[in-house]
Amino acid sequence: MEKGKGVMVGGRRWAVDFTDYSTSPSSRDVPDPPGFSRASQDQDDSTLSRQKKDAESNWKSQKAWEVAQAPFKNLLMMGFMMWMAGSTVHLFSIGITFSALWQPISALQGVGKVFEPYKDVKVDLLGPKLLFIALNLGGLALGVWKLNTLGLLPTHASDWVSSLPPAQEVEYSGGGIPIR
Amino acid sequence: MDIRVFLLLLLVLVSSVEHGFSLYEDQVGLMDWHQRYIGKVKHAVFHTQKTGRKRVVVSTEENVVASLDLRHGEIFWRHVLGTNDAVDAVDIALGKYVITLSSEGSILRAWNLPDGQMVWESFLQGSNPSKSLLSVPINLKVDKDNVILVFSKGFLHAVSSIDGDVLWDKDFSAESIEVQQILQPPESYVIYAVGFVGSSQFDVYQINAKSGELLKHKSAAFPDGFYGEVLLVSSDMLVSLDATRSNLVTISFRKEEISFSKTHISYLVGESLGIPVILPSKLSGILAVKFNTLLVFIRVKSEGKLEVVDKIANAAAVSDALSFSEGQQAFALVEHVDGKILLTVKLSHDWNSDFLKESIAMDHQWGLVQKVFINTYIRTDRSHGFRVLIVMEDHSLLLLQQGEIVWSREEGLASIIDVTTSELPVEKKGVSVAKVEQNLFEWLKGHVLKLKGTLMLASPEDIAVIQDMRLKSSEKSKMTRDHNGFRKLLIVLTRAGKLYALHTGDGRVIWSLLLPSLRKSGSCKHPTGLSVYQWQVPHHHAMDENPSVLVAGRCGPHWDAPGVLSFVDTYTGKELNALGLTHSVAQVIPLPFTDSTEQHLHLLIDSDQCAHLYPRTSEAIGHALRSNCIGVVDEYCFNSSDLWSIVFPSESEKIIATATRKLNEVVHTQAKVIADQDVMFKYISKNLLFVATIAPKASGEFGKPTPEESWLVVYLIDTVTGRILHRMTHHGSQGPVHAVLSENWVVYHYFNLRAHRYEMSVIEIYDLSRAENKDVWKLLVGKHNLTSPISLYSRPEAMTKSQSYFFTQSVKALAVTSTAKGITSKQLLIGTIGDQVLALDKRYLDPRRSVNPTQAEKEEGIIPLSDSLPIIPQSYVTHALKVEGLRGIVTLPTKLESTTLVFAHGVDLFLTRIAPSRTYDSLTEDFSYALLLLTIVALIAAIFVTWVLSEKKELQEKWR
Repeated sequence: MEKGKGVMVGGRRWAVDFTDYSTSPSSRDVPDPPGFSRASQDQDDSTLSRQKKDAESNWKSQKAWEVAQAPFKNLLMMGFMMWMAGSTVHLFSIGITFSALWQPISALQGVGKVFEPYKDVKVDLLGPKLLFIALNLGGLALGVWKLNTLGLLPTHASDWVSSLPPAQEVEYSGGGIPIR
Repeated sequence: MDIRVFLLLLLVLVSSVEHGFSLYEDQVGLMDWHQRYIGKVKHAVFHTQKTGRKRVVVSTEENVVASLDLRHGEIFWRHVLGTNDAVDAVDIALGKYVITLSSEGSILRAWNLPDGQMVWESFLQGSNPSKSLLSVPINLKVDKDNVILVFSKGFLHAVSSIDGDVLWDKDFSAESIEVQQILQPPESYVIYAVGFVGSSQFDVYQINAKSGELLKHKSAAFPDGFYGEVLLVSSDMLVSLDATRSNLVTISFRKEEISFSKTHISYLVGESLGIPVILPSKLSGILAVKFNTLLVFIRVKSEGKLEVVDKIANAAAVSDALSFSEGQQAFALVEHVDGKILLTVKLSHDWNSDFLKESIAMDHQWGLVQKVFINTYIRTDRSHGFRVLIVMEDHSLLLLQQGEIVWSREEGLASIIDVTTSELPVEKKGVSVAKVEQNLFEWLKGHVLKLKGTLMLASPEDIAVIQDMRLKSSEKSKMTRDHNGFRKLLIVLTRAGKLYALHTGDGRVIWSLLLPSLRKSGSCKHPTGLSVYQWQVPHHHAMDENPSVLVAGRCGPHWDAPGVLSFVDTYTGKELNALGLTHSVAQVIPLPFTDSTEQHLHLLIDSDQCAHLYPRTSEAIGHALRSNCIGVVDEYCFNSSDLWSIVFPSESEKIIATATRKLNEVVHTQAKVIADQDVMFKYISKNLLFVATIAPKASGEFGKPTPEESWLVVYLIDTVTGRILHRMTHHGSQGPVHAVLSENWVVYHYFNLRAHRYEMSVIEIYDLSRAENKDVWKLLVGKHNLTSPISLYSRPEAMTKSQSYFFTQSVKALAVTSTAKGITSKQLLIGTIGDQVLALDKRYLDPRRSVNPTQAEKEEGIIPLSDSLPIIPQSYVTHALKVEGLRGIVTLPTKLESTTLVFAHGVDLFLTRIAPSRTYDSLTEDFSYALLLLTIVALIAAIFVTWVLSEKKELQEKWR
């Protein structure tokens, strides 16, 4: 990959830009052809693009909400899987529980990335983001709950004392029936 | 938390596996070894006819009757009689039956000589305890039936040798005669029974051999009185000592009148030599009299005249006379000369010529010769040769022939008193290259074979080679410490006072030492070994020292006899030091302290209840607090005082069994997690004593007491304060009781008279004073006192749970597995009446078992309650073998947490390795490392190939 990139960069020694960014005719060397009204076209363009942009931002916000709601489905599926896995500790249930924990965490880490395509000045992404985070936290909670039902969370006294060595005794005694 | 996950996984693993122990046929001998012994030989009868295999039939002090191969010393067959069925005499009848008289002359048995099958058995009646005599006359026939004469319990029996029927018997119990000898001259049908009435009357009874009728009764008084027993010197002459033990009395009894002839010993010998003892060797015309170390041979001439033939200073033992060609009689005499033994075969009638004289160099660890048995064979040049079987001081058995030791058997190992262990030396670095190369080739070859075996390509020969390789793996018999701690030295003390070091890998004897301090000497007349302790266990800062053991013994049969201590290096097998003590040894208490050279402190309690501290170094005294002994100038001697005492009412209770926790037992945790994540705190104390008492009336035999008058009371006692933590009565039960105490539970075995069955009970004891520690937050921040040291004077409150189950077998020994960290679940090891060792999961003896356990309890691994404990045939750790005469089971933890070594000893020795919860922490023995290696290599190759291919493809993509 690196190599390929290098070749591409090295190959592009020069470039000509044909795009015309200017708007006023005076600044140009070549006059506009007759019947060509730059202004009207600009006008048209701007209204059109505005409409387009509106539609796009609408679409974007709609999409963002959709994306934000996506973990809900995931949540339902996870719940079903967990129910299927049962409450005994074995490979399957542990795998599911850990994936249920991992998915929300990784999703939360990439919140910015998920909403990158929908970034727009006019789109308010706070709502969808909050929903997304909330749903993922819900998923995480579900995972933790599952972990607890599997008995893998140290929430009982037994989890804290089960590895305690026996207390030392101050006294020592020995002996028995005399050796005959 | 990870521990919890691990434990849970473990639990799941364990509960999914029903039996932790079972073995495939080809795994036998891989991790176990079995050695067969017979014990110290008492009698030996040779059977060396021209046809058939040459053998010697022996009976031993371990109540074993065995037939040994004379060529190699292997056991042809062997029978271990019961513990109270001691063999009194052994002989061969009709050339095909081995006749044994046992149980003080009340049981006569015939065994088939070639294969050891019992042919017949007869119980001989009688009530008076008396000498038991067995005589198998060669040609005494009654109705074409060869007769065996047995005198036992006041009766003379004539028993048919064909079927064991008693043909006739003669009652002597009314005659008040102590019969000393039975003899039957070959030429007549008259049996002579001779003996004493009181101490000064000699009686002879003549009995018709065909019918048992009394023919004649003669009696003669000897006013001086007799001492000890009579010896039959010739067919008409007896010799005895008079009551003062200064005269030899010859008795001529076959004439009309019994005549006595008295000869003063000092007159005969020429000087006063001490107290004479007549040796019981039958030498035909000669008698051997022992004075301290001197052996005097005296010939008996006609008319009771005596004549000294020879005096031998270093004589050890004399055999009986053996008649060979044309009435010639020969006997063997063994002397110790300059560390060698000198074997002389002499003819009875011609003293001056030695028929055979051989000097044999011998390992001095065998000690002195104690018994000699002689046998003759015909050499290729048709002359007579002799072979002798000798029994040594350490109980070992040797066959000597043509000046060489043909074979030897270490029979001392049949009577082990105590066992301890020692680690082997750490492996030294630096192995020679040649060795590695050779090993590499061997290793490769072995693995190729193994691979073939795994892929099922091996031929039957290959499989045999693989099996052989597995059995003889040099890995397990190396003399260095291994990573898993399977290789150790077992230090065993035997009844003969000999210490052996056995390798746990293959059971071979690494060294043996006949302890000089436990040998008979002037100051120590009857030494006995008592026990072995680990004295010095090198640890971090004393690593260059060899470990050593302490052997405690005493100089006499009574418990107030002075003690002896011996310190033995376990690597070299040399005695480092020996102490003859001024005090007795009633109890040895290893203390939990060591000095700077890692010597363990031991407290020896004597019969006056004074405590003596060893080692006697100033460093050790630093641990002492109490005042010194009164009247004894010894700063290592301490007074003792009574702290507490519990008096059991003597009319209703009698102690029959006690059990304490093993000192080296390690407990992993103080909490027991029960169903629903609840916690119970175990009452774990090293100061816990289990005592079982029974009603004195019930201490007799089985069937004597009624259920109403017998009971068993069990106590759990705190030995520091004397507090009785638990007391329980089993009505209608009796002993014997076997018990084992471990962690917070005790399991004991007894007989239930009401149910007519054996029972096993379990008591688990829990600490209630710690039960409050259940707040997670307090535990989280460490605000608890669960690990702080406790004093038993704080009288922690305890709670017990118990349950009883039927068990179908009676038990000889009870033990429990022990592991390095105490994490692995426990198994009880039960030495059954059939001399096998049965492993039983502790889960079967769980007082929380109920008929219908809840789901949570099932998950915890609780087995539904049943009234009896199951005996699963696969869980016999001894599999098809028997440890004859089983006396004890010792468990030794290995470094690998899952595994325990089990050593069972009796007449036989058996060692195996068991994993109560399977080997969850290591790969199994038959794991194919070669296959794993092959897989890894293949995977790496595949990675390389695909990498190269992907590179190529990528390049092509770019050129497109």
